[in-house]
Amino acid sequence: MIKKTFFSLLVLVAAVFSLSGCKSGNVADLDILETSKESNEIIWGVKNDTRLFGLMDIPSREVKGFDIDIAKAITDKVLGRDGRATFVEVTSKTRIPLLKNGNIDAIIATMTISEERKKQVDFSDVYFDAGQSLLVKKGSSITGVDSLDETTTVLAVKGSTSAVNIRKASPNANILELENYAEAFTALQAGQGDAMTTDNAILLGMASENPDYELVGGTFTEEPYGIAINKGQENFLQAVNDALKEMHEDGTYDEIYEKWFPNDDTGKVK
Amino acid sequence: MIELFQANADLFFEGFKYTILSSVLALIFSLIIGTLMAIFQLSENKIIRNLAKAYVEFFRNIPLLIIVMFFYVVLPLYGMPFDGFQAGTIGLTIYTSAFIAETVRSGIQTVPKGQMEAGLSSGFTYSETMRYIVLPQAFKIVIPPLGGQFINLIKNSSILAMVAGLDLMYQGDLVANATFITFETYIIVGIFYLILTLPLSYLMAYLEKRWAVRG
Repeated sequence: MIKKTFFSLLVLVAAVFSLSGCKSGNVADLDILETSKESNEIIWGVKNDTRLFGLMDIPSREVKGFDIDIAKAITDKVLGRDGRATFVEVTSKTRIPLLKNGNIDAIIATMTISEERKKQVDFSDVYFDAGQSLLVKKGSSITGVDSLDETTTVLAVKGSTSAVNIRKASPNANILELENYAEAFTALQAGQGDAMTTDNAILLGMASENPDYELVGGTFTEEPYGIAINKGQENFLQAVNDALKEMHEDGTYDEIYEKWFPNDDTGKVK
Repeated sequence: MIELFQANADLFFEGFKYTILSSVLALIFSLIIGTLMAIFQLSENKIIRNLAKAYVEFFRNIPLLIIVMFFYVVLPLYGMPFDGFQAGTIGLTIYTSAFIAETVRSGIQTVPKGQMEAGLSSGFTYSETMRYIVLPQAFKIVIPPLGGQFINLIKNSSILAMVAGLDLMYQGDLVANATFITFETYIIVGIFYLILTLPLSYLMAYLEKRWAVRG
């Protein structure tokens, strides 16, 4: 009996290891630019919970936002007018594993370019100049990162650079990390924290929907957004960068920017 | 994996502490509440019986996350501030107590009716008969399913991670996100859970052997 159990465990462990071994080899060998031209499709990892960038529009069952429009425009430039942009919803936690496993071709999901991430993936040129800020209830005594101390609690999102940055900017403040932006904002409304921190553009989206809340203290970091592409996909990376450049030249980029951020120029890439 | 563990040992042990604390509290209170609910469900009083049934059916049939979220983000709006750890532990207690109530109730119903009648006719009150005669026999019968509920409770305590409850899974998420070493991090987290659940499994198996009703 014990022998039998032991043997079946052994088989299970062997199966798990052989599975994790075989997939990584194949994905790295494929040239994404070629395969997407063949299938006439680019698969983008996008957020579905981020207002103005990638938000699920319930009536149409489609994700809409700045990231989505940029991704569609790039797909047009790379594959031509009839190229298809397919969207897969990702979170801060799942996006890198999905890219590594080859489930998606590129990530355009409010993802900050960082040195740590550059070890795992390659980034395109900057497509949005983001920076971190604080969102508080109107009338709060918090005026910026300098007024955060051990009596205040700041809410952040797991797996985002904003949690790391706020620890540096105000080491004394208590930091709680939640699953996603919606939960962090709900927790802020419930008084589980005094302020919420993440990129300015996301906070602006929340403030535009909830007039009781406002941004304070401006931005205290430089966190430009880039498009993440798997290591070893230089051709595809080059094609995406060329497309971005072309969009700046022919005004497509400005058009998309104005559509989503009509009153705010801080995120625009010149 | 060993370097990963050493580099983040503080976080893992911090989380382990909160997971144990939450599990122990939830285990004690859900056992008490669950047993009471089991007795109430078999009460002669129709109102008590139906209230207990409503409690069990309601909390057994909604996701744990909803109960926890209710304590975390809804009640604070009405002046009852629960932090993530408290909200998670209370939610876990309520949720598990509903399952324990059903388990214990089935145990009580397996005890032959004659036991209760004999107790009552020997001069014991209803609650004395319950305490000294029926419940001890019932618990012996339900040790195996009860052990299963306890193990589920420990694993379900990972719900605390959803409300920043500082538990093992929360710290594991932070480590995985900071290092991008996802697979190994969760293996370490899994081993910590095994450290809690395996001995509990063996303890329940031992109790079962020792106290099992023979026949």
